[in-house]
Amino acid sequence: MKLKDLISPFFVWQRAFEKPYTVSMRPIEERPGAPAYRGFHINLSEDCVGCGSCYTICQNHAIDMVEVEGLEAKSGDSGLRPRFDYGRCCWCGLCVDICTAGSLRMSNEYAWFTTDADEFRFVAGVENKSWDGRTGGYHRHPDYHLFPPKRVEMDMLGPEESVESFTEVVKGYSEEQARLEADRCVECGICVATCPAHMDVPDYIRSIRDGDYEKGLKLMYRTNPFPATCGRICTRRCEEVCPVGILGEPVAIRWLKRFIVDQVPAQEYQRILNDQPGSSGRRVAVIGAGPGGMSAAYYLRRKGHAVTVFEAEDKAGGMLRYGVPSYRLPDAALDKNLEYIRSLGVETKFNTRVGRDIQLAELLDGYDAVFISTGLWVPSSMRIQGEDHPRVMAGLRVLDEVANGRDPGIGKSVAVIGGGNAAMDAARVSRRLGAEVTILYRRRIEDMPADPEEIHEAQAEGVRIVIQAIPVEVTDAEQPGRVAIKWGEAEMVPDPKGGRPRPVLQEDRMHLDSFDTIISAIGQGSDLDFISKQDQEQLEVKWGKFIAGDYQATRMQKLFVGGDVANRTADAISAIEDGHHAARGIDRFLTGSAGSGTP
Amino acid sequence: MAQLPTHSSAWDMSPPEPVDLSSGKYVKLWQGPQHPGITGNMSLELTLCGDEIVECKTHVGYLHRGFEKFMERRTFIQNFTVVCRIAVPEPTFNEYLYSAAVEELAGIEVPERAQWLRALNLEMMRLASFVMWTGGMSGAFGLYTVPNWTLTYRDYLLDLFEELTGARIYHMYIVPGGVRNPLPDGWKERTLEILKGTEKLLYEVERVMFNNAVFKARSKGLGLITPDMIDPYGIVGPNARACGFARDLRKDEPYLVYDQLDFEVITGTASDAYERAWVRQQEMHQCIDLIRQMLERTPDSGPFQARMPNVLHWKIPPGETYLKAECTRGEYGYYLVTDGSEYLRRVHVRGPSYTHAIAVMERLAVGTNIADIAGLMVSLHTYPPEIER
Repeated sequence: MKLKDLISPFFVWQRAFEKPYTVSMRPIEERPGAPAYRGFHINLSEDCVGCGSCYTICQNHAIDMVEVEGLEAKSGDSGLRPRFDYGRCCWCGLCVDICTAGSLRMSNEYAWFTTDADEFRFVAGVENKSWDGRTGGYHRHPDYHLFPPKRVEMDMLGPEESVESFTEVVKGYSEEQARLEADRCVECGICVATCPAHMDVPDYIRSIRDGDYEKGLKLMYRTNPFPATCGRICTRRCEEVCPVGILGEPVAIRWLKRFIVDQVPAQEYQRILNDQPGSSGRRVAVIGAGPGGMSAAYYLRRKGHAVTVFEAEDKAGGMLRYGVPSYRLPDAALDKNLEYIRSLGVETKFNTRVGRDIQLAELLDGYDAVFISTGLWVPSSMRIQGEDHPRVMAGLRVLDEVANGRDPGIGKSVAVIGGGNAAMDAARVSRRLGAEVTILYRRRIEDMPADPEEIHEAQAEGVRIVIQAIPVEVTDAEQPGRVAIKWGEAEMVPDPKGGRPRPVLQEDRMHLDSFDTIISAIGQGSDLDFISKQDQEQLEVKWGKFIAGDYQATRMQKLFVGGDVANRTADAISAIEDGHHAARGIDRFLTGSAGSGTP
Repeated sequence: MAQLPTHSSAWDMSPPEPVDLSSGKYVKLWQGPQHPGITGNMSLELTLCGDEIVECKTHVGYLHRGFEKFMERRTFIQNFTVVCRIAVPEPTFNEYLYSAAVEELAGIEVPERAQWLRALNLEMMRLASFVMWTGGMSGAFGLYTVPNWTLTYRDYLLDLFEELTGARIYHMYIVPGGVRNPLPDGWKERTLEILKGTEKLLYEVERVMFNNAVFKARSKGLGLITPDMIDPYGIVGPNARACGFARDLRKDEPYLVYDQLDFEVITGTASDAYERAWVRQQEMHQCIDLIRQMLERTPDSGPFQARMPNVLHWKIPPGETYLKAECTRGEYGYYLVTDGSEYLRRVHVRGPSYTHAIAVMERLAVGTNIADIAGLMVSLHTYPPEIER
C-alpha cells in the first residue's frame, strides 16, 4: 500500500461546497424543460380535423376520439377530438409525429399536480390547461415524416402531344405507383363522410395495398356503379378534405379508384360482383340514361324490379357522354360501366323523349314508380345584346357535336365565355380542333369554379385566359363570317357583407375583339316542358329544379327525382348518389318495407 | 471452513453438491429483490457458512414484463417506443438495434447523417451509463461520495439528451428510418463543455476511488474470471476485455460509422472487480474522445430520415435477421422474424446480463464474502430487466 492510496480518499471534500445540481433544496424551483421536451399535450382544436391518426398509432390506447360539446362535425372535420389518458400515456410523441393537421404538439412542462385523478384524462385543446398557449415543447421536425407527404406523380401526355388528339391525357398509375400512393392513406374515413355517394374509400384503397382488386371493385359497386367514370372525372370532394393534404398533398383517391377498375376486365364483372337480380313483379320507369338514371336502374334491378330507361339520345351516358370530352373520359370507360348495368336486364329505350314520344302521364299509369333524372341541357343565356348571332354557339353544343363525331365548324379563332369545367372543356376541345382559343372570364382565376387542374392543363395546351373581362355586346365583325365581342375590364369590388368580391364593369376600358366563333359556356338549365305547369306547381319546381324530399321522393305519388335537375351540386357523383338513394326509396315504396337499408 | 464445490473445468456447469442444511452450519440469506446492490429487481439466494458464500442461486421474475411477446402485438413503429424500456439505463442500444434490424428486413437505407447521429447517441449513452455505473460500483464498496458526483454528471448528460431527443431516460430518438431530428443549435458547444467537465470528474474519481486503499483492498482479487471461463460462459464486453480478450464489436464487426473512427480496444489482465472497473474507466475516456471525433465529423446538413412508407400500415416482407452492437456490457443483439404482416412474428433480445447475472454470478459468488456480494454483482455490470424481456 502506498501513501498516496491513504491520502487520496480525502479529496472527497473537494466538491463539498459545490452547489447541488441533481437534488435542489426546498423550496423546489421549477426548472423549465428543454425547448423540445416531450411534456403535456397541446392540440389546436380549430386546426385539428379529428382524423384519429393519433388514436390509431398510440400503442398504449391512451387516446380516444370523443365528441366535444359545442363542436359540430362538418365537411372535412369528423367533429371528434383526441382525449388523452395520462394513466396510459408513455410520452413517446408518436401522436405528434403522425398528426396530419399539425395541430398536435407537446409543451415542455415537467410536472402537473392535481388532486382529482379524473383530470388526468382530458381533451387537449378543449379543456383548458395551464400549459395551453405555451410555445416551447416537442413539435414534429418538418423533415421527419411517418407517411410520405407527397403524392405519386401521375404520368400524363405533355401539352404538345395532348393538344393534337382526343387521346386520354391521364395515363393512369402502374401497379407499383398505385401501391405507393395507396400506402399514403391514413384510413381516417373523413372522405367517406364527404363523398356524396359515401364510397368506402379507405377500404378500397386498402384493397390496392393487398393487391385484391376484385374486392376493391365489389366495395365500389356497393355505392357507385360508375367507378370507371368517377375514377376519371369525379369532382373528388374527398381529396379536398383528405387530411393528408393539409400539410402535404391529398391521397390521389380518384386515380386509385380508376386504377382498380382498370385492373378488372369487363367480362369478369358478372363473376366478381355476382349480381343476381330476382323478379319482384314491379316495374319502374327511369327518365334519362345519365349517371343518376342508370345508377337508380342498377340498384333497382339488384332489388329485382323490372326497369325501363327512356333516353332522348341514341346512347346512354347523358352528360358524361355528350358533355365530357373523350380526352378526359374515353367512351370505352363509360361503356364499361353502362354495359354492365344493362347486362343485368335493364331495358333501355333510346331516341325516346318523354313529352314528345311518350307522355309522363302514360309512364305514371303504366309503371309502379317513375324516376326523373333528365339533367341540365339548356344553355344559360349571357343576357347580352346580339347573343343570338349565328357565330355564337353553346359550349354544350360544341361538345355534343364532337362527341357524336361531327365537326362543329368553329373556325380558327374562338372565344370561350365562362370559367367552369364546361368552359375549360369547350376551350380544350377547340384547341384540339386547331383553333386559337381565348377564355373571357368575369372574375379572377382563383374564383373559377373549374377544377384547378383543368385550368392549368388548358393553359398548358395554349389556351389564353383573360380574366376580369365582362362581355357587353356581340356584333358582326368587319370580316364576313366572323363575330365581334365587345367586352369591358372589371374591377373586383369587395363585398361589404364579407362574400366573394364582385366584378364591376369599367365603362372607360372597353375592348372589341373579333373571332370566328364565340362559345358561351356559363352554365345550363333544365328543360321540364314534359311536365305540365300544373304538375310543376304541385312538385314545387323552383328555378327549373325539383325539390326532392326524403329518399328523393316528390309530392306526387310514385314520382321520384334526382341528379342535376334536383340537386345543387350538379355533378356526376351527386347524381349517382341521388339514383342510389332514390332506388332505396322506390324499393321501400314498392315493397312497403323499411328494407335492409342497403340495396 | 465449508467444503467449497469444485469444478473440473470451466465447461463443467453441473450444480454443486447440495449442502446439508440440517447440519446447522449454514444460513440461507436472500439478497434482493430490492437491494440496491442488485442494480434492479432480482434475487440472490445465498447459502452462507459464517460470512462466506458456499452457494448462490439467482432468481428472476420480479419484473413480469414479457416485452418480446408484447412486441408481437404491436406494429413496427409502435415497438420503437417499447424497446427502450428493455434496458432502462441504456435505451439507445435497444432503439438502434431494433431500428437497424427493421430497416434491414424492410430494405431501408439510412442516410449518412442519421448514421453519424446514431453513433453519436450510442457513445453519449455509453458514457452516461458508465458514469452512473461508476457511482454504483463505488457505492457498493461504501464510498458514497462518488455516486453523488457521478449522478450529477449523469444529469448533465441527460440534460443534453433531453435537449436533443425530448426526453431524459426513454429518448425514443433512433426511429426506424433514421432519427427524429438533427442536432439543435448550440448543442455541440454545450456538449463539448460538459465533456470537459466529465473528463475532469473522471480524474477526480480516479483519485478518490481507484487510488483508495479501501476500494483497492476490497475489489482486487474479487470475482476473478479466468480466461477459460470466457467462452463457456459467454462473457463479453469489459468483463472479457479485463481478462485480456480484445473483443469489441465496434472494431471486430464495425457498424454505423465506427470504421471511420480512430480508437483502440482497451484491455486489462487482472480480470478481477478492480480491473473491470479500471477498463470501464478507460473506456469512458475513450467515449469522450469518440464523441469529440464525431461532433467534428457529423454532417450539418442532408436528410436524417430515409423515405418511409406509411407507418400506420407498414408491412415487412418475410425474413429474419440477427443484428448486434457493442453496448456498455458487451454484445447486445436483436433477432427479428417477420412474416409479411404488419406485426413481428418473433423477436428475441440478447442482453449480456443474461449470462453475466445468472451463470457467471452463480459461479463467481461462491467463496466470496457476504459483504462483497453487491460489489461483485455491480462489477459484472448487469441489468435484470434485460434478463426478463
